[in-house]
Amino acid sequence: MDALGAPQSVLVLGGGSEIALATIRALPRTRLSSIVLAGRPGASLDSAVEVLTTEGYEGVRALEFDAAATDTHAQIIDEIFDSGDVDLVILAFGVLTDQMAVEEDPNLAVEMATTNYTGAISAGLHVARRLRGQGHGALVVLSSVAGDRARRSNFVYGSTKAGLDAFAQGLGDALVGSGAHVLVVRPGMVRTRMTAGLPEAPMTTDPEQVAAAIVIGLRKGKSTIYAPGPLRFVMGAIKALPKPVFRRLPM
Amino acid sequence: MASPLSLEHDSKELTGWGRTAPSVSCYRAVREVADIQALIATAPRRGVLARGLGRSYGDAAQSGGAVVLDTSGLADFSLDAASGTVTAGAGASIDEILRTIVPAGFFVPVTPGTRMVTVGGAIAADVHGKNHHVDGTFGAHVLSLTLIDGNGALRTLRPSDADPSAFWATVGGMGLTGVITEATFDVIAMTSSRISVDTERARDLDDVMARMVARDDEYRYSVAWIDSVHASGRGVITRGDHAPVDTLPVKQRSKALDYDPGTLATAPKFVPSGLLNTMTVRAFNEAWYRKHPKSETGALQSIGAFFHPLDGVQEWNRIYGPRGFVQYQFVVPDGAADIVGRTLARLRAVGAPSFLTVLKRFGAANPAPLSFPQPGWTLAADIPAGIPGLADALDEIDVLVAGAGGRLYLAKDSRQSPAMFEQTYPRLAEWQTTRKSMDPNGTFTSDLGRRLGL
Repeated sequence: MDALGAPQSVLVLGGGSEIALATIRALPRTRLSSIVLAGRPGASLDSAVEVLTTEGYEGVRALEFDAAATDTHAQIIDEIFDSGDVDLVILAFGVLTDQMAVEEDPNLAVEMATTNYTGAISAGLHVARRLRGQGHGALVVLSSVAGDRARRSNFVYGSTKAGLDAFAQGLGDALVGSGAHVLVVRPGMVRTRMTAGLPEAPMTTDPEQVAAAIVIGLRKGKSTIYAPGPLRFVMGAIKALPKPVFRRLPM
Repeated sequence: MASPLSLEHDSKELTGWGRTAPSVSCYRAVREVADIQALIATAPRRGVLARGLGRSYGDAAQSGGAVVLDTSGLADFSLDAASGTVTAGAGASIDEILRTIVPAGFFVPVTPGTRMVTVGGAIAADVHGKNHHVDGTFGAHVLSLTLIDGNGALRTLRPSDADPSAFWATVGGMGLTGVITEATFDVIAMTSSRISVDTERARDLDDVMARMVARDDEYRYSVAWIDSVHASGRGVITRGDHAPVDTLPVKQRSKALDYDPGTLATAPKFVPSGLLNTMTVRAFNEAWYRKHPKSETGALQSIGAFFHPLDGVQEWNRIYGPRGFVQYQFVVPDGAADIVGRTLARLRAVGAPSFLTVLKRFGAANPAPLSFPQPGWTLAADIPAGIPGLADALDEIDVLVAGAGGRLYLAKDSRQSPAMFEQTYPRLAEWQTTRKSMDPNGTFTSDLGRRLGL
């Protein structure tokens, strides 16, 4: 990161993430010379590489990374950091499995929790160790408003995000004084592949808007942001609702 | 990787004077050569870097995750009046040295705009001052230096060595060839501590430059301040030389070598962003321009007032607020003098309020591969880092500077691209070869080095 906030190297864990891709494209790009997209091989990862390469980004490479395979995290993350300092890490992986399906098959719930929560604490701790070692750098964690208060319609997903969010908040505190910084991002509903086909919630946003909020949050050194910003107050109100009222809300 | 113990127990967030892009290191005070050798022997993978008073503006004196040596304990120095030399520990500051040698009738060969720099830092950045067109850089006055290289060996390096490449790689080498522990350099003999100063106001940039070209040679010290927010680029040229004692008023002659730099004030701790904007700087510049006489000759000024006006306010870097500032300094050959005006115009267009805009003519370069000065014009401007559009504006000016065969000063840089650096320091490969021989394992690291691929 230079004096004017331009990063030289970015690592995305969950390299196919549309929000992460939009964030890279929203960052100042003049000094960007290394972009590592680590994720599950497939169409979304390929497409992210293609978009960046077509737009002329330099040093773009994809790397196989499975959030659920926590025993591989140390080696993969160490190799990336060994090849050069990383200014910005975006922890962007996560899955949203249908609530009815996970209620019927708890194994699916466990899989979702393994990726969204267990995988994130493993990868997050390895990244934190390396950021601490290099004495600078930022970790952006994509959480969700779904973790603010668990809702009937997706409380299993919400609980994984609640766990992730609590972890990321604590990690940010643990890294104070290390030169590394954690930014927790709580988007509302975002129009992405993950939410395609779901009914749109109020204040639904686009990856580009979340990306813009992330870039501003990083520049200002924020530790938690909502996207869009006013969701902070909406969620504040929702969290304050008495349970019987909250339960009756159509969401 | 650094042992967690060291990072946890001595960790310190460090920035340059511009207070941008911090990183955390293990910051260790060292008192003697053996301390440094021990730290080099057990160096963590992130490496080791010596730091002086932290006056480089960007990321030259910080190294995230590495062991950064606080060299202020290596501060002993002595004056040899007979040979006109000073031998000083790397951590001795020009400030401390002047307090001793000025009353004895000597002055440092080169001082930058602040006296709060160490001898080690002055060599590593190969600093220049108002006398560059006559006397060259600080490094050009070093007769010998001792350095601990990457193998932990204490070496004495001299420009007179049969193979002086290690010496010249260290001069301007930004601390990446080893840890300088001591140096011997010439000092200037003088008979008073006053400077006889001629001041001229010049109505526009062309006028400033024409006057400097015409008469810089008549003075040992010369610099121009430019009103960067005024479209004309008007300025004030101040030039001078050490005043001989017999030119002082009779009453002052008995105290001709008195020296009391003092400190006036400390900048407030908390300053809002945006205190320095085009409006406040315009008001300051107008007053500053008017404060100077249209033309005055032979005014007697103190060393502090002439060389180090900014040292009058401690921690003046805080006035730029929490986002910090960048100092942009380039040199371009005489043939590309138009870039000075184009730069000022571009900075005005982006609304960059620089109130410390300084123009100077450089003399000949020295043999150091990474030394910044080369013959031509050097312009320095400091700009709050939060100005929108600043990054692009500076990148555009970089292209002009590089195209003209100029370059940026590493001690000030905090944002140039590796490609810009590589293009404008054509002797980089030669320096890297020498550095590799002095530090085969890459023990000496800095954030600047990593950023630019030094």
